[in-house]
Amino acid sequence: MTQRALSILWLAGFVAGALWGQVSFDRILAAGNEPQNWLTYSGTTMSQRYTTLTQITPENVKNLELQWMFQARSLEKYEATPLVVDGILYTVQAPNNVVALDAVTGRVFWTYPYVPARAARPCCGQVNRGLAILGDTLFMGTIDAHLIALDAKSGKPIWNVEVAKAAAGYALTHAPLVVKDKVIVGTAGGEYGIRGFIAAYDVKTGKEAWRFYTIPGKGERGNDTWKGDSWQHGGASVWVTGSYDPALNLTYWGIGNPGPDWNGDERDGDNLYSDCVVALDPDTGKLKWYFQFTPHDTLDYDSVQVPVLADMQWQGQPRKVMLWANRNGFYYVLDRTTGQFLTGKPFSTVTWAKGLDEAGRPMKVNGKEPTVEGQQVYPGVQGATNWYSPSYSPRTGLFYIPVWDKYSSIFVKVPTDYTEGRRYVGTSPRSVVGLAGAAVNQRKEDEGYGAVRAIDPKTGEQKWEFKMLDVTDAGILTTATDLLFSGGREGYFYALDGRSGELLWKANVGGGVSSGPISFAVNGRQYISVTAGSSLLVYALKQ
Amino acid sequence: MAIPLAAQHSYGPADIEDGGKLFRANCVSCHGPEGALVEGVDLGHGKFRRASTEDEVIRIIQDGIPGTAMPPHNFTDFQAGTILAYLRSVASIGRTAALNGDAARGKAIFEGKGGCAGCHRVYGVGSRVGPDLSDIGALRRVAEIEVSILDPNAEVLPQNRYYRVTTKSGETITGRLLNEDSFSVQLLDTKERLLSFQRTDLRAAGFLSESQMPSYRDKLSKAERDDLVTYLVSLKGF
Repeated sequence: MTQRALSILWLAGFVAGALWGQVSFDRILAAGNEPQNWLTYSGTTMSQRYTTLTQITPENVKNLELQWMFQARSLEKYEATPLVVDGILYTVQAPNNVVALDAVTGRVFWTYPYVPARAARPCCGQVNRGLAILGDTLFMGTIDAHLIALDAKSGKPIWNVEVAKAAAGYALTHAPLVVKDKVIVGTAGGEYGIRGFIAAYDVKTGKEAWRFYTIPGKGERGNDTWKGDSWQHGGASVWVTGSYDPALNLTYWGIGNPGPDWNGDERDGDNLYSDCVVALDPDTGKLKWYFQFTPHDTLDYDSVQVPVLADMQWQGQPRKVMLWANRNGFYYVLDRTTGQFLTGKPFSTVTWAKGLDEAGRPMKVNGKEPTVEGQQVYPGVQGATNWYSPSYSPRTGLFYIPVWDKYSSIFVKVPTDYTEGRRYVGTSPRSVVGLAGAAVNQRKEDEGYGAVRAIDPKTGEQKWEFKMLDVTDAGILTTATDLLFSGGREGYFYALDGRSGELLWKANVGGGVSSGPISFAVNGRQYISVTAGSSLLVYALKQ
Repeated sequence: MAIPLAAQHSYGPADIEDGGKLFRANCVSCHGPEGALVEGVDLGHGKFRRASTEDEVIRIIQDGIPGTAMPPHNFTDFQAGTILAYLRSVASIGRTAALNGDAARGKAIFEGKGGCAGCHRVYGVGSRVGPDLSDIGALRRVAEIEVSILDPNAEVLPQNRYYRVTTKSGETITGRLLNEDSFSVQLLDTKERLLSFQRTDLRAAGFLSESQMPSYRDKLSKAERDDLVTYLVSLKGF
């Protein structure tokens, strides 16, 4: 072949390449129609973490077999949910290295190495929960509070913007969310006296399009829910990916705790929008509505859960709802058009409130808050659930929650002052009992236990429970064959019957599961992927 | 009497090449491809601020300069010496005649007549099939860029070699090798697909011996090449 012919061939390839593999926003919106791919953090923008793939069934799940694993060169918890696009799996090796692998064999195409600034100081591990994609561009937030766009074919950076100051405690740990031509992220740092925000960036340039402060500024509605200047360092961080309803054109985000976490003396008031879900216009960042789960929180009950969107019959009428099992121990159903509270009840042991009133506001129990001497409260500091992805199956009609139950902490408070970049928490809660640590045979009942619970989303009534000895950080995946995949700190990855909770299969994965499983398919073969310890594992039926 | 370290070795072409690799990997981001980017320092022409002998330069390479941006490097005396040998060779080639081209015209040639964007990418535009040139001006000297345009086979970096596989069904696919192991091969092919093959499915696999880039000696005039080089030298990355 002549050079000229070769050049022409390459030019043709260039044109074809420009058309190939583009993940348009329409594809992301209709991600449920291409279950072979996993195009956004929770599977679809409705965030149900539910797959319509049907090859793996309750009958054959026992034939699952490990196909490959990727061992991260990192000892951090592997919290990232991968993306899968047409046979390529993209994941993040903590803290912020992006890896593209062949989803069938696990062999690496490229690695993008990123060294975060030394000023980075995420509170609770140098973790990352995943990526977003649009077109041929991947997006990652970093623990030093940058947002980076990468070319999905080559791993080369396209732009890199500083979202906030790492030295002041800001960090990005969650997977970004793409809505239309913008990529949306929120800032972690609730333990450092930050003023949290959610911001949208132009996908092409990285230019900031809008910013929504999760604490209203002086003169803005809601600023008076903070005493004095406490709003300036009130936390209200964001560290789990939101959801998007295209019909309503609203994006929903859970907001973290107010700061200082365990001493509310200097921040009298409800402390909006901490511990809220906010509904924002994704084009402008304007607040449409909010609902606060825990007003004036002193127990670190971040409302940083994935907003699960579902359309269901509600008292005889079709209704667009939002299902929310909160870290504070209550399960809620909200109307996601208006934010109206529809119903709610505890899904775990709760002692800080005796129930919810008609508007969904908790009726607090006097004295169940941190004291100088210490006060025992259920749920404990890690919550009745936390950031772990729940799942909703439209087939079983059940909502599945990773739960910690019979679990409490002794909450203690001390006075605290703000210094930039230093922790601003008002002491730390302690366990009710000495924790067993490494010795697994010394576990005490008072440490509580983990479970997967299935509830009727319309009533909050528990349908079944799969109980574990140890607690769990694992998310949940459900399938159109009524399987449920999850794990826990004990280091098992397992499949349950989604209708009964019966254990159908398990594998010892040698480390705690700290992310939500996903499913994908290549060449007609269904795979299930999960992370455990510092590894990513991929299973399929034995051939 | 102590024998000066630098005098203890002579450096062959392979050593100089190794020195160039070390320089590009460790030094170029501050000192620039010509070694003259830091004010008052011109590495290629022996102009230093804090050293008067080569031994002192080697010590500075190894120990860094506390309180400045110059970090220490874990190089042996010989490795540090190869960097100096490389810099001397750079100086002996001499810098290209002043860049008198026009970068805007060069950009137009890159994207138009030259067809460069059909294989190369700059700031997110163009093909990923050839090397991304977004920061070529920060990595490579003028002389090296000129050589690549006139004689693309003179030097091809390992990561830019082309690889071709032939499947058992007879399909031939060419691309940039991204990864390989005993059982599999990963490529970015000329259609910009990330492809993965099991070797058991391949009839043949191997590197192409020649660069796939044509020489522009006869395709562009001297003035056009000057414009193109001026444009490429202006590309300093993000």
